[in-house]
Amino acid sequence: MNLPLVGAPYDRLDGPAKVTGAATYAADFSFSGLVHAAMVTSEIANGRILRIDDAEARRQDGVLAVMTHENAPRVHAEGRGFAFALMLLQDARIHYDRQPIAVVVAESFEQATYAASLLRTMYETQPPVTRIEDSQDRYTPEEIFGDPADVTRGDPDGAFAAAPVRLERVYSTPVEHHNPMEPSATIAQWEGDRLTVHDATQGITNVRRRLATVFGIPAESIRVVSPYLGGGFGCKGGVWSHVALAAMAAREVGRPVKLVLTRPQMFGSIGYRPRTIQRISLGADRDGRLRSIAHDVLSQTSTFDEFVEPSALVTKMLYAVENVHTTHELARVNAATPTFMRAPGEASGTFALESAMDELSYAVDLDPIELRLRNYAERDLSEDKPFSSKGLRECYRLGAQKFGWSQRDPKPRSMRDGRMLVGMGMAGATYPVNRAAASATVRIDEAGGVVVRSGTQDLGTGSYTVYAQVAAEVLGVSIDRVRVELGDTELPPAPLSAGSMTATSVGSAVYEAASALRERLRNGEKAPLEARADSKPPEHERYSKHAFGAQFARVDVDPDLGIVRVRTMVGAFAAGRILNAKTARSQYLGGMIWGIGMALHEITSFDARTGRIVNANLSDYLVPVHADAPEMEAYIVEEEDSHVNPIGVKGIGEIGITGVAAAIANAVYHATGVRVRDLPIAPEMLLA
Amino acid sequence: MNPFRYVRASDPQNAIQRLAADAGARFIAGGTTILDLMKSGVEQPSLLVDVNGVADRRILRRGDEIEIGALARMSDVAGHPEIVRHAPMVASALQQSASVQLRNMASIGGNLLQRTRCSYFRDVAAPCNKRHRGEGCSAIGGENRRHAILGGSEDCICVHASDLAVALAAAGATIHTMGPGGAREIPITDFYLLPRDTANVETALHHAELIAAVTLPLDAALANSTYVKVRDRADYDFALLSVAAGLEIEAGTVRAARLALGGVAPIPWRVPEAEAVLVGHPATPASYREAAEVALRGARGYGGNDFKVTLARNALVRALEDVGSPE
Repeated sequence: MNLPLVGAPYDRLDGPAKVTGAATYAADFSFSGLVHAAMVTSEIANGRILRIDDAEARRQDGVLAVMTHENAPRVHAEGRGFAFALMLLQDARIHYDRQPIAVVVAESFEQATYAASLLRTMYETQPPVTRIEDSQDRYTPEEIFGDPADVTRGDPDGAFAAAPVRLERVYSTPVEHHNPMEPSATIAQWEGDRLTVHDATQGITNVRRRLATVFGIPAESIRVVSPYLGGGFGCKGGVWSHVALAAMAAREVGRPVKLVLTRPQMFGSIGYRPRTIQRISLGADRDGRLRSIAHDVLSQTSTFDEFVEPSALVTKMLYAVENVHTTHELARVNAATPTFMRAPGEASGTFALESAMDELSYAVDLDPIELRLRNYAERDLSEDKPFSSKGLRECYRLGAQKFGWSQRDPKPRSMRDGRMLVGMGMAGATYPVNRAAASATVRIDEAGGVVVRSGTQDLGTGSYTVYAQVAAEVLGVSIDRVRVELGDTELPPAPLSAGSMTATSVGSAVYEAASALRERLRNGEKAPLEARADSKPPEHERYSKHAFGAQFARVDVDPDLGIVRVRTMVGAFAAGRILNAKTARSQYLGGMIWGIGMALHEITSFDARTGRIVNANLSDYLVPVHADAPEMEAYIVEEEDSHVNPIGVKGIGEIGITGVAAAIANAVYHATGVRVRDLPIAPEMLLA
Repeated sequence: MNPFRYVRASDPQNAIQRLAADAGARFIAGGTTILDLMKSGVEQPSLLVDVNGVADRRILRRGDEIEIGALARMSDVAGHPEIVRHAPMVASALQQSASVQLRNMASIGGNLLQRTRCSYFRDVAAPCNKRHRGEGCSAIGGENRRHAILGGSEDCICVHASDLAVALAAAGATIHTMGPGGAREIPITDFYLLPRDTANVETALHHAELIAAVTLPLDAALANSTYVKVRDRADYDFALLSVAAGLEIEAGTVRAARLALGGVAPIPWRVPEAEAVLVGHPATPASYREAAEVALRGARGYGGNDFKVTLARNALVRALEDVGSPE
């Protein structure tokens, strides 16, 4: 396949609409008769509602409805698999802090918000369990993403016992919330039994399917629209309670209802990255060759549903080691159900694994890159398959060269810049290639105008632009002749935008549809003409498919004040064909900056006595600001992969964050001699 | 947010009268703190009296004093050449506060009256003596990493949020007010009140009393000063801990010292005993370490913030070294 113009750094086609405010995000739509809903959430984390006094709220001007568990319509709220259980006011039980307990609908946003503040709720409170260490309710899940929770290869215990070098360490990652700029928002309106929903979602098809289940109506009577998203990072991947609550409220009042979550509610019922405690055991020869890896993960889930943070999945395949044991265990706590958050498993798992590899590099006195090369997996031993392509060796080389790794004196606390301690650290990055069935149509008119249609969605990553590039390239037209329509269930169906699989899945469909159209044009058919592709991954994969990368970080640590600032970061990534060098760079850099937050800033804190989140706002929950973003660059390692999918794309939305926290923690160790195994790294951990 | 009325005051007396007539009324200037507190339900004023335009925004040099009008914006003061030159710790404290957008809006008077960032204070679902006397302090026994190690009581261990107030405390500023009882001049160290058993009373200001101006006495120690701010991220973050320090040094000996800590107490924490230790002693790290020991005498942690005692000591020495290096 020859697509020379694909990959060019085109500006986003949707850029002007976004910077001028013309782009309509979910909450920007307006409809005749639109009214506003305010969600009320619980102030306790365990117990039940005794009574909700809504008399004062109902007396307020403009109030149309107050919906609580006492009067809410009966719907199907139960969950299964990744259709998470919803809190739709069906009973009085409280499982977690900020659980929805009421919805107030009023003519104006202000009226709804004020009336909502007047509800008085009486609770019967039980002591909550918020820490996984304190949970008595632990179990091993039946499966994770279709894989077994526990995997054993070879004889890990025997190999570990016999290894000359043994290292056993425990790492932890905290609860983190996604916090996209755009809060979750839904506008729901009914016309008879037909429901239209404008929703900030990563998966219009999933919203449609879920609402059909909740209301017991055919999916075909539901239309979901989501043209633009202000980020999602996973919290808009699941279908959460507020979406159904908006639709319930709209049916109650017989008007279109808008429900926008407040920032504190973004810490409520839309998922989060669960806390993990990870034990890693490495057995190695004195020359650094691994004999065994064991990786045991304990993560949290809610008292009523299941999500597994699959931190040990990477450990099965990242290194060439014969003896492997990985386990995943869950602890139930009084918190909302966790969910996918950018690189679920890979982000938390690479922190533990790549920190442990750094510790091993010191134990065997070997350069961390050399240690990784000695254990380089030429083949995926977990699936016993060859890799479709693997550019990791080149990522190590190019990253090290661009970063200046050779200037590193490996001895901890050996490098200084004025009074700052300087540290340099690195880690590997990895993310699997996912793909799901996706459909697209490509149409050309007599004048040569092209329209691409697919019911996918653009999270803000550049989907509109890259599909225009693919279609323009295949059809040999200029990109400004191509219009892309996304984000509507009336369009051909496409999967959830998650797992870095939108470009692989929808990109393949657009490529196949455009190619089919080109063939028909070549065969003499005349415009207007439309071709459709229903693109599917093969049933049996002959190859193991992964993107790889290497992350490098330089930190300055103030030895007296414990302050860590990242000064330089370099990432090198091999992820197959790059559809647009500019939007790809944004994905990589954005992921790397997110990794700085994971390493140094982000933690959701719970008051252990009440189970209440104490920092549910963007003043107390810190994410990196511009001043935290260092001098940084992401390098693309060119990779041609004819096996991975029709357009040779691996997906780049998530790999950028993987390995970053480990690279920074490793740099902090190099700077200070202090090994921090619990994120985020805080000044108090480094004070002498 | 509760429904409220809003009026624009025509002059200072009008503003004061309107407030005096309504116990639920509040002043609004830049609005960066009151609106936030109203949205979270902590403040529920019946009336907002807009004082923009009724007080001074000017920054004036008067002999050995700089007068800052209460309505001067944080950014006006941070970038003012006289402040930068004669009171670098004040300029630096402001430059390291909030964000550019907030600094352009927030007034100096409002900055000094901002409420604590204690998350329990800001969560109306949590018990808090500051909001409702007698409810208890949730931070004691709770999440208290950012809380006080000095000056707290069983009633409240919050920390004051203003960087500016720390620098002004070290500088020995005076707060000038207008109120129903006339004009007053209040030294900044008398302006802020320790919680003791009345955590809900935070300043010496009476209801309807308006800050008119702040005056700053200029001296050599203020001219040779710095503001060290320790925070978790590089910008747009409240101080985990801070130090305002100024030294007048003559022939290697400290002649005068100005020292205050932020992020350690419910009020900006000036340390006169530590200043006294420095005066007449050589400007050396040994003296600075001794001053830091004295400054932290009696400090105690509450679990999550135990580290602040060491951090405060180190930050104090750092700030003194910055302004009092031997060279």
